[in-house]
Amino acid sequence: MFGRLTIDALPLYSAIAAGGALITVFGTLAVMAVITWLKAWGYLWREWFTSVDHKRIGIMYVTLALIMLLRGFIDAIMMRTQQAIALNSDGYLPPSHFDQIFSSHGTIMIFFMAMPFLTGLINIIVPQQIGARDVAFPYLNSMSLWMTAAGAALVMVSLVIGKFSTAGWTAYPPYSGAEYSPGVGVDYWIWAVLIAGVGSTLTGINFIVTILKKRAPGMFMMRMPLFTWTAFCTALLMAFAFPAITVVGVLLELDRVFGMHFFTNGHGGNLMMFANLLWIWGHPEVYILILPAFGIYSSVVTTFSSKRLFGYTSLVWATAAIAILSFSVWLHHFFTMGSSANVNSAFGIATMIIAVPTGVKVFDWLFTMFRGRIRFHVSMMYLIAFIVTFVIGGVTGVLLALPPADYVMHNSTFLVAHFHNMLIPGALFGYFAAVNLWFPKAFGFKLDDRWGRRSFWCWVIGFYLAFMPLYVLGFMGMPRRMEHYDTAAWQPYLVVAFIGAVFILFGLIFLVVQIAVSVKNHAALRDWTGDPWHGRTLEWLTSSPPAPYNFAVLPKVESLDAFHAMKEEGTAYQRPERYEDIRMPKNSAFGMIVGGLAFVFGFAAVWYIWWLVAACAAAIAITVIIRASGDDTEYVMTAAEVEAIENRRFADMAKAPPPDLRHVPVGVPGAPVPGAVS
Amino acid sequence: MTDAAATSSSGAATGLSPEQKEEKAFGFWVYLMTDAVIFALLFATFIVLSRGTAGGPTGKDLFSLPHTFGETMLLLVSSTTFGFATLATIGGDRRAVIGWLVLTALLGLGFVAMEIQEFSGMIALDAGPDRSGFLSAFFTLVGTHGVHVSVGIISILVMIGQLVIKGLTPPVSSRLLRLALFWHFLDIVWIGIFSIVYLPGVL
Repeated sequence: MFGRLTIDALPLYSAIAAGGALITVFGTLAVMAVITWLKAWGYLWREWFTSVDHKRIGIMYVTLALIMLLRGFIDAIMMRTQQAIALNSDGYLPPSHFDQIFSSHGTIMIFFMAMPFLTGLINIIVPQQIGARDVAFPYLNSMSLWMTAAGAALVMVSLVIGKFSTAGWTAYPPYSGAEYSPGVGVDYWIWAVLIAGVGSTLTGINFIVTILKKRAPGMFMMRMPLFTWTAFCTALLMAFAFPAITVVGVLLELDRVFGMHFFTNGHGGNLMMFANLLWIWGHPEVYILILPAFGIYSSVVTTFSSKRLFGYTSLVWATAAIAILSFSVWLHHFFTMGSSANVNSAFGIATMIIAVPTGVKVFDWLFTMFRGRIRFHVSMMYLIAFIVTFVIGGVTGVLLALPPADYVMHNSTFLVAHFHNMLIPGALFGYFAAVNLWFPKAFGFKLDDRWGRRSFWCWVIGFYLAFMPLYVLGFMGMPRRMEHYDTAAWQPYLVVAFIGAVFILFGLIFLVVQIAVSVKNHAALRDWTGDPWHGRTLEWLTSSPPAPYNFAVLPKVESLDAFHAMKEEGTAYQRPERYEDIRMPKNSAFGMIVGGLAFVFGFAAVWYIWWLVAACAAAIAITVIIRASGDDTEYVMTAAEVEAIENRRFADMAKAPPPDLRHVPVGVPGAPVPGAVS
Repeated sequence: MTDAAATSSSGAATGLSPEQKEEKAFGFWVYLMTDAVIFALLFATFIVLSRGTAGGPTGKDLFSLPHTFGETMLLLVSSTTFGFATLATIGGDRRAVIGWLVLTALLGLGFVAMEIQEFSGMIALDAGPDRSGFLSAFFTLVGTHGVHVSVGIISILVMIGQLVIKGLTPPVSSRLLRLALFWHFLDIVWIGIFSIVYLPGVL
C-alpha cells in the first residue's frame, strides 16, 4: 500500500536532522496560519496561484528562489561550521548527514534557487522589453512554474520524510546506483530534478517563441535590449540542454528500479556515459545561469552610466558565441576520465576560447562606464564587484582548463572556489542587481538604498573571505566534501571561510531587512512614473506595477534603446485618440493542478507506491486532455476598462515629484517630465 | 495590476488569431526539436553500449528483420493515412478526417502490438532490459519511441472526440496539424531506429 514508506522514514537518526524537519514543518504551518489569519487564501488563489500573468508568475518564481536561497544557505553555513571545527574530531555532523547537506546545497542552489530566480526575472521583464502583452503560451508558463515548485517541494519534503541523496549534486554512479545507495535519497534527487527540468524545458520553448514572434512592431532582432538577447540565448540553451538531464535522470532511475545496466560497473554498463550525458546538460547550464546576469549587468551599466551600451553588436555576438561554445566544452568537467591527450587538449582549448567573448563583454561594460555620468545605485555596485571578482574566477577557470593542471586540482577545494567564484558574482550578484533595479517595476515602489548597500558589502566581503581561502586550501591538497580532517595547517583557512559565511549570513539578513523596510516605507518610495531610474528600454514605459496588458497601445520601435529615443522626441507618453479592446488569457488552475499532481507523482515514485504513481500519471493525462480540448481561454478587456486604467495611470504620473536634474541622462535636453506630455 | 482587473471578465473571446496559430505551430516545432535531442542522446547511449552485451545475446540472436519490416510498414503507411487526414482537414471534410484518423490509430495500434510482442518474446528468452547494457539501451530507445507512438494514438482518439463534439473548428484543425507533425516526426525517428539498431544488429 505505501511501498517502502514506513514510520522509520522520520528523521529521528540525529537531533539536528530532526530539528531541521521540525523547522520545516513548523515554518510551513506558521506561513499557512498567517495566511489563514489574514483570510488571504481566496485572494492568493484567485490573483496569484491561478494567475497566468507573466509578471505575477515571475514574482512567484523569484519568491520561490529567495526561499530556497535561505535553505541552501543554511546548508552552506552548516558545512562551513563543521569544517571549521572538525580537525581531528567528528565535529557536530555525522558523515551521512554532512553528505546529505552538500548534496542538497548544490542541488538547491542550481535547480531551485538560481533557475527559478533567472526564470522569474526573465518572466517579469522580457515581455515588457519587447513591447508584448504576455508570453506566447501563458498556460504553459503557469505549468512550468508549478512544476519547478513541485521539484523544490520534493527536496524540502526529503528533510522530513526519509533522507536526501548523499551522492553530491551531480549524483555520479556507481555510487548513486542501487548497489551503493539503496535508500530513497538518490530517488528524491532524480525526481526533483526531472520534474523541475521538464518545467525548465517548457520555459525555454515558451521564451524562444515569445522573443521570436511577439516583438512590438519595429523591434528587429538587433534592436532588442541586451537582456532580451541573453534571455533568448538562455531559452535556447534551456530547451536544448535540459532534455539531456531528463535522459540521464531517467536512465539512472531505470538502473536503480529495474536493475538495468546503463551506468553499472558490470554487465556492459558504462559509468562514464553518465558523466558525459550529465555535463552535456551541465555545461550549458552554467551559461543558463550566467547569461541572464550578463544581460542584467548590461541593463544596469547603461542605465546608471546614463549612456548607451558600448559595443552593443559585439555584446550580442559575444552572447551568441558563448551560447554555442557552451555545448562544446562539457568534457572539461572530467579530464581525469582519461581520454587521449588530443581529446583533452581539444576540450581544453575550446574552454579557453570561451574566455574571449566573455572578455569582450567585460571591456564593453567598462567602456560603457567610461565618461558616463555614473550613479552608484546598489545594482551598479553589484556590477563593479562582479567585474573585479568575475575576472579572478575567469583566470582560475583558464588555469583549470589546462588538462595537466586540472589533474592536480581536480576535486580539490580549488575547484569549489573556482565555480563559486563564477556563480556568486556571475549569477547571484546579477540577480540581486536585477532585484534592486526592477523591484519598482514589479511592485510600484523602490527598495531601500541604505539596507541594500549594507547587504551588498556583507555579500562581497563575505564572498572573498569564504572562497579565497579555498583556493589556498586547494593548493595545499584539500579535497572537496571533507567531513573531517587531520591536517592542522588547513584549519585557519577553514575558520576564515567560516567567518566569510557569517558575513554572508548578515548579507542575507540585511536583504530581508531591506525588503521589510521598503515595504514599511513604500509610500515614500513610491514610483509614480514607471521610470524611476531614467531607463532606456521599453519596460520603463509601462506603469509600475504594469497594467495586466502592459501596453494599452503596442509601442512602435524605431531604434535601439527605444524608450530613450521616445523620451528624446517627446513621444513617450502620448495617448491614443481612443483605446481598443484587448484580448487577455483567463486565469486557470490548470498549471497548479498539474504541478500538484507532479509532486505527488514524484513522492510516490520515490517511495515505490506504484498504484499512486499510475493514478497521478492518469490524472495528469486527463488534466492535460481537458485543457487541450478547451477553446474558451481568453476574455476581452473592453476599451472602456483600458481607458479607466490608463486614466488612473496618467493621474498617478502627475503626482510624481519633478526629476532630479543631476540624474537626467546625458544628451537629453531638460527632463522628460512625465505626464506633462499628455 | 489592479486586483480586480486580472479576473474581471467583461466579454468572451473565442477563435484563434493568425498570430496565435503561427506561434503555436512554431512552438510545437521547437518542442519537437527538444524531443529530437532526447532521441539523439538515447541513440548515442545505444551506440556506446551496443557492444556491452556482457556475454549475453546480441542483436544477431534477437532481432528478426521480417518482424521489424512489418512494424516499419505499419508505421510508414500510418504516416500516409495521417497525410490524407491532413488533406481532408484542409478540405474541410469532417467525416473523411475521422475515417483517416481511425485508420491511422489502428495502424499505430498494430505497430505497438508488434512491438509488445517482440519485447515479451525477448524477455521470455531471458533477454530483458536487465540482462546487459546493450539490452538496457535497446529497450529504452525503442521503448521510448513506442511510448511516443502510444501517446500519439491517445491524442488521435482525443482529436476524434473533439471532431465529433466540436466539428472541424479552427482550433481543432490547428491541433490536428500539430498532431500530424508529431506523427510524422515519430516516423523519422523510427527510420533512425531501423537503420542504427536493427540493420547493423542483424548484419
